[in-house]
Amino acid sequence: MARQIIFTAILLLTLGIFTYTALRIIAFFRLTKSAFPIKNFGRRFALMLNVAFGQTKIFRRPVIGFFHALVFWGFCVILFGSIEMVIDGLTGTDKALKILGLVYDIIMASGDIFALLVAVSIVIFLFRRLFLHIKRFEGIEMKHSNHVDAIIALTMILMLMLSLLGMNSAYFALKTRIAESLFGVYPISSRLSTIYNGSSIKFTETLYEVCWWTHIVLIFIFANILPYSKHFHVFLSVPNVFLSRLDPLGKLPNMEHVMREVKLMLNPDTAFSAQASDTPAERFGVKDIEDVTWKNYFDALSCTQCGRCTSVCPANITGKKLSPRKIIMDVRARMKEKGPGLIKNGKEYTDSKSLIRDYVSEEELWACTTCNACAQECPININHPTLIVDMRRYLVMEEGLAPGEIKAVFSNIENNGAPWQYSPEDRLLWAKDLEMNVH
Amino acid sequence: MEKVKIDVPVMAELHAKGEKPEYLFWVGCAGAFDDRYKKVVRAFVKILHYLKVSYAVLGKEESCTGDPARRAGNEMLFQMQALRNIELFNAYGIDKIITICPHCYNIFRNEYPDLGGNYTVINYLQFLEKCINDGTLNIKSELFKNKRVTYHDPCYLGRGNNIYQEPRQILNALSVELAEMKRNRSFALCCGAGGAQMFKEAEKGNKEVFIERTEDALETGTAIIATACPFCMTMLTDGLKYKNKEEEIKNLDIAELIAQALNL
Repeated sequence: MARQIIFTAILLLTLGIFTYTALRIIAFFRLTKSAFPIKNFGRRFALMLNVAFGQTKIFRRPVIGFFHALVFWGFCVILFGSIEMVIDGLTGTDKALKILGLVYDIIMASGDIFALLVAVSIVIFLFRRLFLHIKRFEGIEMKHSNHVDAIIALTMILMLMLSLLGMNSAYFALKTRIAESLFGVYPISSRLSTIYNGSSIKFTETLYEVCWWTHIVLIFIFANILPYSKHFHVFLSVPNVFLSRLDPLGKLPNMEHVMREVKLMLNPDTAFSAQASDTPAERFGVKDIEDVTWKNYFDALSCTQCGRCTSVCPANITGKKLSPRKIIMDVRARMKEKGPGLIKNGKEYTDSKSLIRDYVSEEELWACTTCNACAQECPININHPTLIVDMRRYLVMEEGLAPGEIKAVFSNIENNGAPWQYSPEDRLLWAKDLEMNVH
Repeated sequence: MEKVKIDVPVMAELHAKGEKPEYLFWVGCAGAFDDRYKKVVRAFVKILHYLKVSYAVLGKEESCTGDPARRAGNEMLFQMQALRNIELFNAYGIDKIITICPHCYNIFRNEYPDLGGNYTVINYLQFLEKCINDGTLNIKSELFKNKRVTYHDPCYLGRGNNIYQEPRQILNALSVELAEMKRNRSFALCCGAGGAQMFKEAEKGNKEVFIERTEDALETGTAIIATACPFCMTMLTDGLKYKNKEEEIKNLDIAELIAQALNL
């Protein structure tokens, strides 16, 4: 009974902290703008199965992608055992989900195998991060703290897997020794359990308890650290894929309020009326964090800084300042900085800084070719180019800023309907004296 | 061999006669004004006449789609261009548009519907591939047989709109030896000109994107770089010049390859 009370207390504490964090993040989301309506649930579900559960985009880098997939699938299977541990902890049962019979055996056996596979993958990840020179783990946006964040998360996952294997093997050894019926199948842990052959029943029992508590408490701590770490990814990447923009990558979102104004302007009846529009003037484009959409912020929270986007960016490859990953990380950092002030003091709050310039420079924004390589590469369907263009929209329409040649393009389009300074009268010159062979 | 003069049909003239062509062929600003790309337009028009396609161009009435303005952040200017074009298309009752430029294709197909312009938009590669597939376009020539050709995927056809197969099937019909670059299809590297970069100097860096991409192409040991976008053509031709390869390696549009193979 004491065990159940302690467990319940820890669980309530975990849930309490988690609720606090969740409410804080929801409050940040309330500061953002609308993006697109969430429709097409069938298509979204298929996308989620394919990209998230199928890990199809991570496999664009087959070798390291494979190890990530092992960790992801491992987490999915092991989650089942964690749920059972919570039930056992609350009710005092032992292996509460054993009633599932064969299904139970299969899941427990997979979880046991995956615990080893995940542990091996994590060791590979740690080794790679600590000892190998991986270009995409570097860059101006990658500070020492980002690497520490990664190492903490990897170490925690490794400890989770080791405690799970410890728990399973002690369980197996104990049940075999005292000839009690054993629930679940443990292909890896049954082999590991031979190491306890020389030790006492008491020791094995204690080891089981220690591993059990270590494992579940680590999960609780992990769950509460994640929202403050880049590994929030673990919670948000699947929903982020589900909430993906479904349009072709080439499409930019339309600015409805600009369209209303342009239509009024082009209509001779309304063009010269003093009151062009009754809706309050909305800022064009993205200047600061209150201008981004909920999806931009969701992308930023889901990003785990893997840098696949930046590694394929033509601008970044050729030494320009632009790094798509940095822009996504900037959104998260800026919300963390300005969000609390906005919540406390309302929409008008300013700290005399902004996302543009204090975080993202004009130079970065103008280096983008909108080639969509970053968005194509992102394993969780983050869309960087739409945000970059939204920031350009602010610069051009609110501040009238653009590189000189681009301003010339604007005036050419306005004056002669082409980006170059040629007369529309010359548009058919190509067709002059055109002839073809007849066979 | 006999030569015949081609009279390019203009929408306004057909309209005056009460005729309506099946397709609007959207030439695009590069097609109208870029000396190199004019040749691509001429090649494609020859193919249209060879196939006896019912089409017309807008001629002097054509005006920028607004793509460079939109991607450079000038939404206002884009919308004015788009609404003006939509008005013109609707006045002529246009319902099918063929484009060669991938940027025009993308904006008509994906972005004009938001402003009320709904058309069947066909990229010339889709059109030509369909003609080859259904047998209307039969290329018997061996002009390019076993010639090594590499194809550069334009971002707005490939990643932007998932057009990867059509150009490769056309090249296949030309019996070329297709040599893929190490970065191809959805992995393709941009030529460096998208998103209004075409019209400005690149930001400070240590290399030009078009040189990086030209190196990809050179690595294949190709004789011809096939492109399907006016901006990609400018960039890769510049890259070949930079590498002093413009004599040995040709940069040709897929329409030009077909027109040459058909000896038009």
